[in-house]
Amino acid sequence: MTVKLSIPAALRGFADGRAQVELEGATLGDLLDGLVGLHPDMGPHLLDENGAPRGYVNFFVDGKNVKGGLGLGTPVGPGQSVALVPAIAGGSRGDG
Amino acid sequence: MTGAPDGPPGPGAGKAPPELSDREKRRYSRHILLPQVGLEGQRKLKAARVLVVGTGGLGAPLSLYLAAAGVGLVGLLDFDLVEDSNLQRQIVFGSRDVGRPKTAAARDRLLGLNPDVEIKTHQVRLEAKNAEKIISGYDIVCDGADNFPTRYLVNDVCVFQKKPVVHASIYQFEGQATVFGAPGGPCYRCLYPAPPPPGLAPSCGEGGVVGVLPGILGSLQASEAVKLIVGGAETLAGRLLLFDAWTARFTEVAVDKDPACPVCGGNPVVTEPVDYEGFCGLGGGLEEAGAEPIGADELRHRLEHGPAPQVVDIREPHERALYAFPGSTPVPFGQLVRRMGEFDPARDLVFICKVGRRSVFAIRSLRKAGYQGRAFNLTGGVDDWARVVGGPPVPY
Repeated sequence: MTVKLSIPAALRGFADGRAQVELEGATLGDLLDGLVGLHPDMGPHLLDENGAPRGYVNFFVDGKNVKGGLGLGTPVGPGQSVALVPAIAGGSRGDG
Repeated sequence: MTGAPDGPPGPGAGKAPPELSDREKRRYSRHILLPQVGLEGQRKLKAARVLVVGTGGLGAPLSLYLAAAGVGLVGLLDFDLVEDSNLQRQIVFGSRDVGRPKTAAARDRLLGLNPDVEIKTHQVRLEAKNAEKIISGYDIVCDGADNFPTRYLVNDVCVFQKKPVVHASIYQFEGQATVFGAPGGPCYRCLYPAPPPPGLAPSCGEGGVVGVLPGILGSLQASEAVKLIVGGAETLAGRLLLFDAWTARFTEVAVDKDPACPVCGGNPVVTEPVDYEGFCGLGGGLEEAGAEPIGADELRHRLEHGPAPQVVDIREPHERALYAFPGSTPVPFGQLVRRMGEFDPARDLVFICKVGRRSVFAIRSLRKAGYQGRAFNLTGGVDDWARVVGGPPVPY
C-alpha cells in the first residue's frame, strides 16, 4: 500500500527536489528502503552504516516521533502522514 | 505543558520586580490591559534579562519585539559585521549600517525604539571558554544562531544553568520553533542528540532564505519569550512547530524528553561546554576524503594548456545562475552518487563549489560509493577562482 512521505527542503536536493514521495511499505523501514532505492544520494543522510537513523534526523508518523516507540519498525498505512525532520542550523549564509 | 522558567526572572531573582513609572504605564498600557499580563506581568518583563544569540534574520525581529515589549535587559550576541546581503531580512539594520558591527548597529536601533530598556552587546563568537559566563547574566536565551556549534553550545550551557532556550531555525522557506529546557521538558539534544558529522549536514551550503521567514520565526520566538517571562501561558515546550512559508502551512510534532539524552538524561556524557567544529566543512580533511587539492592558478593553467580535467560544478542551479563556471559539468551535490556513471575514471575530475568545502564532501560521497578515479578539489572554490581570473567577484 502507498504511503506519502514528506521531504523537507533541507533534504530535497537529494530527492530531485521532490517535496513528497509516495512509497510502498508496511513499516517506516520499508518506506525508507524504497526512498533510498529511488534516491541513493539520500541514504547516508538518513541512516548510518548500520542502518540506524541518524541523530540529527527524526521520523514522525502522525506527529509522533518513532524514536520513543518502535523506531523503523513503526507500522505505517495509507492516510498516515510520515515526516522527516532534520536539524537545520540557521541560517542563510552560503557556507560552501 | 506550561513552560515557566525556574524562578522569577530578573537580576534580583526572588525579589519583587521593579515598579513602573507613569510613563512606562502609558507606554505598555496595551500589555497591562491584558488580564494575562497586567501590571505584574509588565513588571516581570522589566525585570527580565534575555540573551539573543545571533543578531541576524531571527535576532532582528526578536530583539525589536523584546525591546518594544519592555524587556529590561536585552543581550545581543554576534561577531559579524552588517553586509549588504543581510538587509533583505535583518530588519533591525538599515543601509547606512553596512560595515558596522551588528550588535552595535542593532543596539542603536533598539535604543531608538525604546530608550528605557538596557541593551548589552557581546560582539564575540560564542565559544566554550566564554559561553557560561555570558549566559549566566541572563534568565532566558533565544537561539537565533546560524550554525550547529553555537546551537549545541547554547543548549548544553542552558541545561547546565537550568535556563530555557527559545529555539528557532530556518532553511529556505521552512522554519522550526520550540522551547527547550523548560522544567521537565526536552532539550535540543533530546530531539537531535548529536550534531551532523562533516559533510552530512543537509542544510550546509546553498544559502538562500526568503526574507520574511525569519521575521515570522523570530516573532514567534519573541512571543514565546514574553510568555515565559509573564508566566502561566502554554508555550511550545514539548512541541516542535514546523512552518512552510511556500505552502503557508503550520504543522506540529511532539518532542519528548529523552531519558538517555547525552546532556539532560540520567547519565549525561556531556558535562561541560564543548566547541564543535567541522559541521559545515571545517573538519574532514582532503586526504581523508580521498581528494587532492588544486589551486585556481593551477586549474587555469591546466584548462589553458592541458591536459584539461573535467570540471564538475556541484553547486545548485540558482548558485550557477549567479556565477557560472563556463565549460563545467553541472551535477548538484544531491545527484552525485546516482550520476556517478557519467564520470570517466580515466580522466582527472576537479570538483568545484563556492568556497571549496562542499566539494570535499562531494568527493567523499563518491569515494564511499566506490568511485576510483582521481579527484581534485578546487581550493577556495569559485570565490578564489574569481579572484584569480579577474572580473566581477562571486555575488553571493
